[in-house]
Amino acid sequence: MAARVNPTRMELTRLNKRLKMAVRGHKLLKDKRDEMVRRFMLLVRRNRTVRTQVEEILEKNMVQFAVAGARMGEENVREALMYPAQSVELELGRQNIMSVDVPTIAFTGDISVSDLPYGFAFTSGALDKAVIDMAELLPNLLELAQIEKTCNMLADEIEKTRRRVNALEHVMIPEMTEQIRYIKMKLDENERGNITRLMKVKDMMMEQEQV
Amino acid sequence: MDSAEKIAVIGDRESVMIFQALGFRTIYAEKKEEINKAIHDLATSQYAVIYITEQAAATAMQTIELYKTSPYPAIIPIPSRLGTLGLGQKIIKENIEKAVGADIF
Repeated sequence: MAARVNPTRMELTRLNKRLKMAVRGHKLLKDKRDEMVRRFMLLVRRNRTVRTQVEEILEKNMVQFAVAGARMGEENVREALMYPAQSVELELGRQNIMSVDVPTIAFTGDISVSDLPYGFAFTSGALDKAVIDMAELLPNLLELAQIEKTCNMLADEIEKTRRRVNALEHVMIPEMTEQIRYIKMKLDENERGNITRLMKVKDMMMEQEQV
Repeated sequence: MDSAEKIAVIGDRESVMIFQALGFRTIYAEKKEEINKAIHDLATSQYAVIYITEQAAATAMQTIELYKTSPYPAIIPIPSRLGTLGLGQKIIKENIEKAVGADIF
């Protein structure tokens, strides 16, 4: 044991109090960690499905869009998309998951799929399809953003909590128990020394009286 | 901070252009410095969500890491027109490993 403490009663009381606190903190943090992991598992499963879905559709859309670009020429596509028909409006909030502030992202504007930002005269059907599919994908994209961010933040917090739990469990608490034991032994030893000394003195006094 | 209400997309021109139709702000960036600068600029001008193509994300992982644990902006990798690199799935996996200590899927 590295840190030796003063073997006094005052130190003993102090350590006892700290140990009690540490044990309580350890229990609380452990509960927090377990609950966070449970939530995290639910979210991460959802994250995985949403991401796979979004990636799949997005890739299809990109191909569709590339086809449109090839048919119309890049210049025309750029021109057609220059003025967006809808503007995204987001409603942002915060949600508290086990004292982690995670963002919530909700879409407030209306998704009018039929609204294309251009006239039909100079554009190809592939472009229409790509744009409409994209608009349909928008809610999923936002959900992905929200869940993925939440997962990132939760994972970070879980790691921190786990570190704390481990530090308490494997370092702080054993160290303190050891120190308390040391002080108790030392105090007991002193006490025994004292008693033997008293007995010896008593013997000496008895002897003197008899003489 | 809660006034951040905008979405941006970073990536190569062909992949990103379509997002313009949805009213996202699109930024064309392919070099590392350009991407880093774009991310920083968007983060400071209160964009809530930044989608970034995986190709671009792969070159700017360090910068993305910076914003990973703050609520905004959420930087989300998406596949580009060249297909996915599996980066998004990799990030999910990393998260699981970080949280649970092992990859359990």
